[in-house]
Amino acid sequence: MTDGTPILATVGVSKSFGGAVALRDVSLALHGGEAHALLGENGAGKSTLVRILAGVIEPDSGHILLNGRPQIFRNPAEARDAGVAVIYQEPTLFPDLSIAENVLIGRQPRRRWGRIDHRRSTAMVAALFAGLGVALDPARPVRGLSIAGQQLVEIAKALSYEARVLIMDEPTAALTGEETARLFAVVRRLLGQGVAILFITHRLEEAFAECQRLTVLRDGAPVDSGPIAGYTPSQVVRLMVGRALETLYPPRRSERGAPALVVRGLSAAGVYAGIDFDLHRGEIVALAGLVGAGRSEVLRGIFGIDQREGGTVHAFGREIPPGDPRAAMRMGLALVPEDRRQQGLVLDLSIIRNATLAVLRKLCRGPFSSPAKERAITAEWASRLKLKFRRLSDAVATLSGGNQQKVVLSKWLATGPRILLIDEPTRGIDVGAKAELHHLIAGLARQDLAVLMVSSELPEVLGMADRILVMREGRIVGEMGGALASEESVMALATGQEGALGPACDPA
Amino acid sequence: MSAAVSAERSGLFQALARVREVGLFAVLAALALATAAINPRFLGAQGVKDILEDVAVTALLCVGETIVLLMRQVDLSISSILGLTAYATGALFIAHPAMPVPLVMAIGAVGGAVLGALNGGLVAWGGVPSLVATLGTLYVFRGADFAWVKGAQINATSLPGHFLGLATAGVGPVPFLALIVVGLIALSGYALRHYPAGREYFALGSNEEAARLAGIDVRRRLLLGFICCGAIAGFAGVLFTARFGTVDATAGTGLELHVIAACVVGGVAITGGVGSVEGAAIGALLLATISNALVSLRVPAFWEQTIEGAMLLAAISLDLVIARHTLALMRSGRRHG
Ligand SMILES: Nc1ncnc2c1ncn2[C@@H]1O[C@H](COP(=O)(O)OP(=O)(O)OP(=O)(O)O)[C@@H](O)[C@H]1O
Ligand SMILES: [Mg+2]
Repeated sequence: MTDGTPILATVGVSKSFGGAVALRDVSLALHGGEAHALLGENGAGKSTLVRILAGVIEPDSGHILLNGRPQIFRNPAEARDAGVAVIYQEPTLFPDLSIAENVLIGRQPRRRWGRIDHRRSTAMVAALFAGLGVALDPARPVRGLSIAGQQLVEIAKALSYEARVLIMDEPTAALTGEETARLFAVVRRLLGQGVAILFITHRLEEAFAECQRLTVLRDGAPVDSGPIAGYTPSQVVRLMVGRALETLYPPRRSERGAPALVVRGLSAAGVYAGIDFDLHRGEIVALAGLVGAGRSEVLRGIFGIDQREGGTVHAFGREIPPGDPRAAMRMGLALVPEDRRQQGLVLDLSIIRNATLAVLRKLCRGPFSSPAKERAITAEWASRLKLKFRRLSDAVATLSGGNQQKVVLSKWLATGPRILLIDEPTRGIDVGAKAELHHLIAGLARQDLAVLMVSSELPEVLGMADRILVMREGRIVGEMGGALASEESVMALATGQEGALGPACDPA
Repeated sequence: MSAAVSAERSGLFQALARVREVGLFAVLAALALATAAINPRFLGAQGVKDILEDVAVTALLCVGETIVLLMRQVDLSISSILGLTAYATGALFIAHPAMPVPLVMAIGAVGGAVLGALNGGLVAWGGVPSLVATLGTLYVFRGADFAWVKGAQINATSLPGHFLGLATAGVGPVPFLALIVVGLIALSGYALRHYPAGREYFALGSNEEAARLAGIDVRRRLLLGFICCGAIAGFAGVLFTARFGTVDATAGTGLELHVIAACVVGGVAITGGVGSVEGAAIGALLLATISNALVSLRVPAFWEQTIEGAMLLAAISLDLVIARHTLALMRSGRRHG
């Protein structure tokens, strides 16, 4: 497949941002009918390469070849018109416009006199969604969609271009197994039609299953490239991080402490109902289920970001008032949200500002903040989480996606919570940092922290959780011990195919 | 998802978008009827004509301001643009009394467009925040107005009768002035909803970064938005002269804030991406009705500003409440993510 001219290629591309080198002499060729995996740690330069290929930024040196001819994309429109469709790492949607408009912006079907045919656009997008198995109403505005929903809209948008090159920057980070599988079915069909695909992911198994070729970036430079069949996952990890990595999950603790969080009859109309469970000190409980099962909503309801309509939540014996996140924080809860851009970070503020936002009060002496303490705390978490940054005073917007996620984590871990609610904690985090984070959380749990975790990554759920609560359509449909559960048993419960249940399950 | 569910939900979201206009209309009707109950002349032919005459120019300015607000920008200079073209109109008619009215209107609009282009250029290419840029041009244009007009004044007696007829004559109680404005509102509202260029204003204000990535030429769009706003303000200046007859260098001073208030009351979000020119025009109509109602109820004039301010706060609070509720509704209504 690799003979002939590549559809799109970079030749010796370099890029720096004010002294920090993001890409160093990168050459990469995308051939028709081939899926090319681009792998590397957080901050390795993957998204920067994407933005160069998409015409968002220009390289400092080197150039792009389109069908073998040098090409300069001055803006994203030129790249798009040349047949390059891109799914960016962070959703780039218009919250106030409808889903249909978001997907078709700039190329809506027209009626007489050049008017937009809104009805036909809605129908077109509905057809696209049907092909992807997405159950979203194309006429609704994008505002209020979860990250996964936004990601699905992005995917539909990119596919609708019927481009010859499809670039996907961590499209699956927010998706569960089911949606991911559907995406890959479409990807395979496109490959059959001769589309060239560049695929970025931190889930190596996806790269190995779907791609024919890989390139590994480390600190902006390509360290290896070749047919994927010639590599093993552990080899790739070593190439990415420059050393062998222990990917084992931390050992589980057998005994558990007194109840920390007691949830009874929690409900919110149309979202979830009858949620009952206990979370003990030192225990890690995972909420598993498909996207839209109501897992994140339960976390938000407990923490008080969304109003809950019925039921009670007690932390250490005291009731947490509904709809009052500040009270929850005072009682030792912390919530690491799913959507880092909208709920977790102020992009234009510095790393220090963001990391200490939730603990400002504690750091203040009278009305004054203490810059030295703020810096010390931030530096400590930055090193524990292996944050890749230039200066702590840089705006968070200049960090790579995975590193932004680490800042969100440090913001909440710095509050020293006793109950940690954590939503997709490792979304977009590279394998090395992911293992570190798992050990960090397990270590905190050993020091009596109670952890309630939502994760769409089943291996993570199975590896970390002492207990797994499976949710389906807003209800807890089963509970199992982490050590006994398997991917199949969790999926069977989550999708409602209970005939497939193994003995490990204990449907509630 | 079945087609039936999809259709039903689409209807819901479209209905939600209309809630604001319908609600405003209800308030407007209630207010008018209540006032008329106390003072029947309020809804008589003359009363209606007074309100429509008063509101026409403001409502027209709201159209341009809405376009700019949709882009998440603001144009403070519209009152000064209006001041310049209002005086220019008078000066033109004094110099050439036989000049056709449509030609004068075109000159006003083009003049306004040129001044709007200056605003747009400062914002799009100079990178000056629109609040600062148009605050600057607000004073610069007004200063130019003073330098040109000096202490002079144009009076109705020196203007041709058929021109003044725009405001005094009409169809029933509706002056031609108001008909022109209603036509322009309908036209621009339709264009904003049904043409790609119109949708780009919404997209730009909703997420500028995404607009850029979607291949929208952000600078060009910004420039065109300010040009539209300027052209409309320039045209409004011509109507202003027809309406008042008397024009000096202070014509229209302070109108810009009144117009922005009307837009916000009418549901145009100051944070961009949300609103309609129809809503803004109804907002303007509501404020004008209130002020006329106060007059006809013999309430001291100083209350008017207090009430306008209170309306503004009420509108903004209402927006927050509606926004929160729709968001909750959308979260709970979703199945997939
Ligand atoms: N606008 C910017 N200003 C300054 N530095 C930047 C900017 N954009 C990216 N960088 C830096 O360039 C480097 C590469 O970032 P990039 O986003 O390409 O990483 P990535 O490989 O996509 O990582 P991740 O897996 O976390 O998404 C990072 O060190 C980042 O901080
Ligand atoms: Mg990235």
